[in-house]
Amino acid sequence: MTNVKDEMLWMSGNEAIALGAWEAGVKVASGYPGTPSTEILENLCRYEGVYSEWAPNEKVGLEVAIGASFAGARALATMKHVGVNVAADPLFTASYTGVGGGLVLVTADDPEMHSSQNEQDNRNYAYAAKLPMFEPSDPMEAKEMLKAAYILSEDFDTPVMLRITTRVAHVKGIVSPGEKMVPKVEIGINKVPAKLVMLPNLAKKRREVVEQRMQRLRQLVETSPFNSIEPGDRKRGFITSGVSYLYVKEAFPEAAVLKLGICWPLPTEKIRQFAAMVNELYIVEELDPFLETHVRAMGISCHGKDLIPAIGELNTAIIRGAIDPTSRRPGFAPVELPPRPPNMCAGCPHRGIFYNLSRMKVFVSGDIGCYTLGFLPPLSSMDACVCMGASVPIAHGMAKALGEGAHDKVVSIIGDSTFVHSGITGLINTVYNNSASTLIILDNRITAMTGQQPNPASGQTIKGEPAHALDIEGLCRAVGVKHIFVVNPHEVPETRKVLKEAIELSEPSVVISRAPCVLLPEMKARKAVSYYTNQENCVGCMACIRLGCPAISWASFAEGEAERRGYKKGQKGVSKIDEIICNDCGQCASLCKFNAITRKEEL
Amino acid sequence: MESTGNILFSGVGGQGILLASEITAYSLLAAGYDAKKSEVHGMAQRGGSVTAQLRYGKKVWSPLIEPGCADIQVAFEMMEAVRYVGSLHAGSTVIVNTQRILPPAVATGQTAYPEHLLDHLTALGIRVVPVDAFDLARQVGEVRTANVVMVGVLSVFLPVKAAVFAEVIGTRVPERFRDVNLKAFEAGRRVGA
Repeated sequence: MTNVKDEMLWMSGNEAIALGAWEAGVKVASGYPGTPSTEILENLCRYEGVYSEWAPNEKVGLEVAIGASFAGARALATMKHVGVNVAADPLFTASYTGVGGGLVLVTADDPEMHSSQNEQDNRNYAYAAKLPMFEPSDPMEAKEMLKAAYILSEDFDTPVMLRITTRVAHVKGIVSPGEKMVPKVEIGINKVPAKLVMLPNLAKKRREVVEQRMQRLRQLVETSPFNSIEPGDRKRGFITSGVSYLYVKEAFPEAAVLKLGICWPLPTEKIRQFAAMVNELYIVEELDPFLETHVRAMGISCHGKDLIPAIGELNTAIIRGAIDPTSRRPGFAPVELPPRPPNMCAGCPHRGIFYNLSRMKVFVSGDIGCYTLGFLPPLSSMDACVCMGASVPIAHGMAKALGEGAHDKVVSIIGDSTFVHSGITGLINTVYNNSASTLIILDNRITAMTGQQPNPASGQTIKGEPAHALDIEGLCRAVGVKHIFVVNPHEVPETRKVLKEAIELSEPSVVISRAPCVLLPEMKARKAVSYYTNQENCVGCMACIRLGCPAISWASFAEGEAERRGYKKGQKGVSKIDEIICNDCGQCASLCKFNAITRKEEL
Repeated sequence: MESTGNILFSGVGGQGILLASEITAYSLLAAGYDAKKSEVHGMAQRGGSVTAQLRYGKKVWSPLIEPGCADIQVAFEMMEAVRYVGSLHAGSTVIVNTQRILPPAVATGQTAYPEHLLDHLTALGIRVVPVDAFDLARQVGEVRTANVVMVGVLSVFLPVKAAVFAEVIGTRVPERFRDVNLKAFEAGRRVGA
């Protein structure tokens, strides 16, 4: 959101969508953080006159936006692709009720799964929920399409979806600011129960309206300026949308292109006209053959997923190589290097818990967050992770399947934000249907993975203003958990004792691991006193190394070096703490039995 | 410039790659180029290998650099200079900070940090510009300006005047760090020249 020159801004797609929402006169915005959608609300909350919030999950976020729309306000809900699964229930029926003020749902898909557990193609939601969907190619288009989406939403009495992908959300480009719009709908209470109360008899009537609306939308998309034929060489013609359009333009700059800025419903007449214009028709789209399936259903033959991969992101080279195999150039072969996977930060409170779990013989049912990294060596202590909130019911289901005597075989582990998102209902089920599994709640006070967004347990709002902080212990007690423990995960052996006690219980139990994320501003601002290795005392037991902390490394001894330096014969090396990286958590010191790790101030 | 220029930034999460790529992008824009930059956020940022891709020219379409098409790579760590060799071509320039950051398998003693890494690049006809950015940053008085040292080296290879970069740095960093960052930029330029 910074001026480059007058009237020219350099913005990511997400920043541009925030600006677009403000220009469109959005009054209420809600959603749940999720890569690559998070920065939309993080930026929008800084604009005057827009109310923005983090909801506990995407379903609540969309429902808040629906409510604001019913009250006549322009409303926005934002989420990542898998978040739409959570919000699908209200989405499908909001299609029937229609809107008051304009209502837009931004879905941020993640082809290639840069930071996601699957790569579902959310264009399928537009088809299934019978909603129009815009698909921008770059930040500037994202802003313009969002504004157009509000007009469409109000004109056609429909929620509208705007689908972006990682390479729109997290791409920066030139954006020019535009006019601030004045919404047409007035804010106020408008009682229209026949439209908003979806009892079967009323819903049946609305069902008809949805079909009539789709019919009208099909006419609109034929003439919409967002669906345009770009004339060119007719030997090959391309139908494309989203970021794929940019790759097509770069790979085949001379070719004729039908760019679909609205990817649902499809302009069938325009597609027929374009197909008739060109010798060979190619459909270029990331992930599913969405456009292709519908074009083929029209009886038009084309190339699509027979050439273009359906898995992962596309790029210019993939498209050029798929269509012109002779253009493929062998590049430099990769050099074999030790991998550098993401890792929990130095001082991360999660590490102490996973270290303990790695020493216990339990199946760890995990969840979505930074702590999913507990899967990686050397901790290697996560055995399943499916989706937000799933850790708790999966552990319960396993316990029921394993039967009696299995109360100490399975634990579930979830972060504070994910617990509030969709772990609570699972815990209610565990208590109600009585399985003796242990739930570990990693309460680091923040939604860390997506970049430290506050959540209902953090005690602050999206703008950093004070808010009620959910009492996690009280909540667990209220749903009927009798055994609740709170531990400081940095005290590793102490935590181990508590975990053992909880796991051995034959009734449901919760262990709350409480320590703040080290990336929180207050944690970064504190003066961390580093630990250091008193190497004379180090016996090379590697207990600290097995924590996998980025601040601790192992220095191997050369042959005979141990004896030469006065260590026990056969000692293989010593560990060393990088005092610049160390974040003062003390987990390693709590594990060291040889007084080889000391806090700097204790020198 | 008719064709599109491609700059790949690579390093380890937390090294200040995003700021370096932002300063470069703003400088290219100020010099009148179109530009697009692609970043990856989220899980990869937690100490993992990260990249940012910056493309500039008269009109930039795709935000992604094609394999084998990066003209310049700015690598903030030795191993991360070699990891993306598939993005490079004979004649590419790799500006590399000679710092070594140990990945988990090396830190835990399972494997060694590879030796003679940069030889892989020179053998392929890639021009390597080694920079001890950490040391240069220390010399100007602030180790956290290592990323701006790297921008200084890069600036020598780009069709943008030093004054344009300096002006952008002036507006991109907090005022109290302005002078030290400008010194870091100049120190980098001397390496590149």
